[in-house]
Amino acid sequence: MANANAPMIELSGVGFAYEDAERFTLANLDLRIDAGTVTGIVGASGAGKTTLAKTIAGFIPLNEGGTYRGAASVAGRVLAEGTLSEAAAAVGLVTQNPFNQISGARFTVREELAFGLENRSVPRDEMERRVDEVAARLRLEPLLDRSPYALSGGQMQLVAIASMVIMQPPVLVMDEPTSQLDPAGTRLVYDVLSTLSDGGTTVVIIEHKTELLHEHCDSIAVLAGGLIVQHGTPGAVLADDRLTSWGVGETRVTTAARLARERGLLPVERALPIGVDDAVEAFSTQTGAAS
Amino acid sequence: MSESGHAESAGAAAGAAAGAAADASSAGDIAISVRGLVHTYPSGVTALQGVDLDVAPGERVAIVGQNGAGKTTLVRHLNGMVRPTEGEVRIGDWSTTEKSIAELAHRVGYVFQNPDEQIFARTVATDVGFGPKNLGFDEERAQRAVSDALEAVGLAHEADVHPHHLSLSERKRIAIAAVLAMQTPIVVLDEPTTGQDDAGVQLIAAIVGSLIAQGRTVVAITHDMDFCIENFDRVVVMAQGEVRADGPAEEVFADVAALEAAAVEPPQLLRVARALGWSGTPRDARAFVDQLAQQRGSGSSA
Ligand SMILES: Nc1ncnc2c1ncn2[C@@H]1O[C@H](COP(=O)(O)OP(=O)(O)OP(=O)(O)O)[C@@H](O)[C@H]1O
Ligand SMILES: Nc1ncnc2c1ncn2[C@@H]1O[C@H](COP(=O)(O)OP(=O)(O)OP(=O)(O)O)[C@@H](O)[C@H]1O
Ligand SMILES: [Mg+2]
Ligand SMILES: [Mg+2]
Repeated sequence: MANANAPMIELSGVGFAYEDAERFTLANLDLRIDAGTVTGIVGASGAGKTTLAKTIAGFIPLNEGGTYRGAASVAGRVLAEGTLSEAAAAVGLVTQNPFNQISGARFTVREELAFGLENRSVPRDEMERRVDEVAARLRLEPLLDRSPYALSGGQMQLVAIASMVIMQPPVLVMDEPTSQLDPAGTRLVYDVLSTLSDGGTTVVIIEHKTELLHEHCDSIAVLAGGLIVQHGTPGAVLADDRLTSWGVGETRVTTAARLARERGLLPVERALPIGVDDAVEAFSTQTGAAS
Repeated sequence: MSESGHAESAGAAAGAAAGAAADASSAGDIAISVRGLVHTYPSGVTALQGVDLDVAPGERVAIVGQNGAGKTTLVRHLNGMVRPTEGEVRIGDWSTTEKSIAELAHRVGYVFQNPDEQIFARTVATDVGFGPKNLGFDEERAQRAVSDALEAVGLAHEADVHPHHLSLSERKRIAIAAVLAMQTPIVVLDEPTTGQDDAGVQLIAAIVGSLIAQGRTVVAITHDMDFCIENFDRVVVMAQGEVRADGPAEEVFADVAALEAAAVEPPQLLRVARALGWSGTPRDARAFVDQLAQQRGSGSSA
């Protein structure tokens, strides 16, 4: 077992260039993530977020050619030195395109969800119990007897998430898991994620909707130029003046608050709000103060 | 950063639209008319329960609604990928049941929700060039259509790259470019901003703006309500295979019952305005702050 002070995920000087690529997508990157935390990863389009997710999960370098350097470990083990199936047991990866996550080996959503457990010889009654449980948590019951391919984009995304959550990996990495979900589905995913992290799972989530990260993460790391350029509390990272220069958009309320500040409608010392509740507070205080 | 980025991308998008100008003359009169549309998949799932929808030439319409509402199924009828089980879909004077996908491609371009289902070629330029070639553009026009479209989505420098060597949001923008290059009077975008960063969303907003400036019709499905209210005048709300609301953004986002039925949350700034008890509908940050100033003005005079 890893010692208590060691981070659950540790990347030191990790660099990676895809085969025949002209540049390193990840360049000498350092990242430490503690056990049981929820960490958000943000960065511009093409910044290398998916590449980083695959690296944490050991797919890089185990399953991807190219030039790899540095050291990456999960729970004190260097995944690159083991096998793909060992890596898959240590880290569950929800891929960005849910379509790619569906095994293609099973006829129904129910069988698809059970597929990974079957491969690990989990007893049938436990398997059924876990399928029912994850289906209930992500409201997939009405879809259980459908083909995993005869689904809408958002439904398929939920199935892909469920097929990984059901495996109960100690580390769960989710690559933009809510990109095609409606607000209700998005809430379900974040609820599941909170429950998992309360139970000790380490969660890493790539997400563009920073309002959600603000609400649910212990920390946020920013990926830019192949490096982690900032890693800290959500409040600190999302209020960082350099955020847009890293290609990360601010929320609409943050933009509005910035404009309000420029027009003298919000005191400079008031931290810029990120989510709706915070904004309501910021702007109502102002109306109150003015009267 | 966002200001200048926006101006630049708007310029590029305008360039792409300019390439279409020659062809867009006929765009002015092709309306979409959907009547009593029912669609049942072979599996037995009825995804559309009788949908009526009219879109006038040059309109920009957003379709929103919960997962599985039938949005994708509806728009796939417009380019003939999916055929009505009952009812009729007309694109101008054509009924889609009487036309092939290849014929409909002259009038309707459809960007897939999942770009990996759409992209197939070995280089970005070949993929984007496929449509223009099939539509019979001459060499010069085709080349120009491709380069303008890649410019508009910010990927001109990736023309010779294998699409699978790009990130997912980049592939989505290739899928958008492939449809822009077809220069169709009607452009249908299935969740165009999914996975895009801020700059990408702005590029897509600029593309929508320039298509409309060209008199072309834009129908876009989206879960991004901020993008929706900033770029679309008319919003169609779907739930369980039906249209539950259809009207100006201001009205639709005030229709609490329809939004709830469709699991739609109003845009962020509108939620703040509501919580503050404001009556107006600020559509973007600037409008919001104008209203804040007004509010404070009346607050201090009261
Ligand atoms: N399979 C691949 N082969 C070669 N190069 C690749 C491959 N996948 C990614 N790249 C390179 O790495 C860059 C980053 O890709 P990645 O998918 O990690 O970005 P991302 O931050 O996840 O982007 P997005 O926000 O679009 O998901 C790409 O722009 C491309 O240059
Ligand atoms: N190929 C298919 N075969 C059978 N049923 C399907 C197929 N594609 C979609 N469906 C079903 O039809 C209904 C409508 O799906 P559709 O893809 O149109 O929804 P959507 O509104 O686009 O949802 P999302 O926001 O998740 O993309 C859903 O119940 C879905 O499960
Ligand atoms: Mg990615
Ligand atoms: Mg869809």
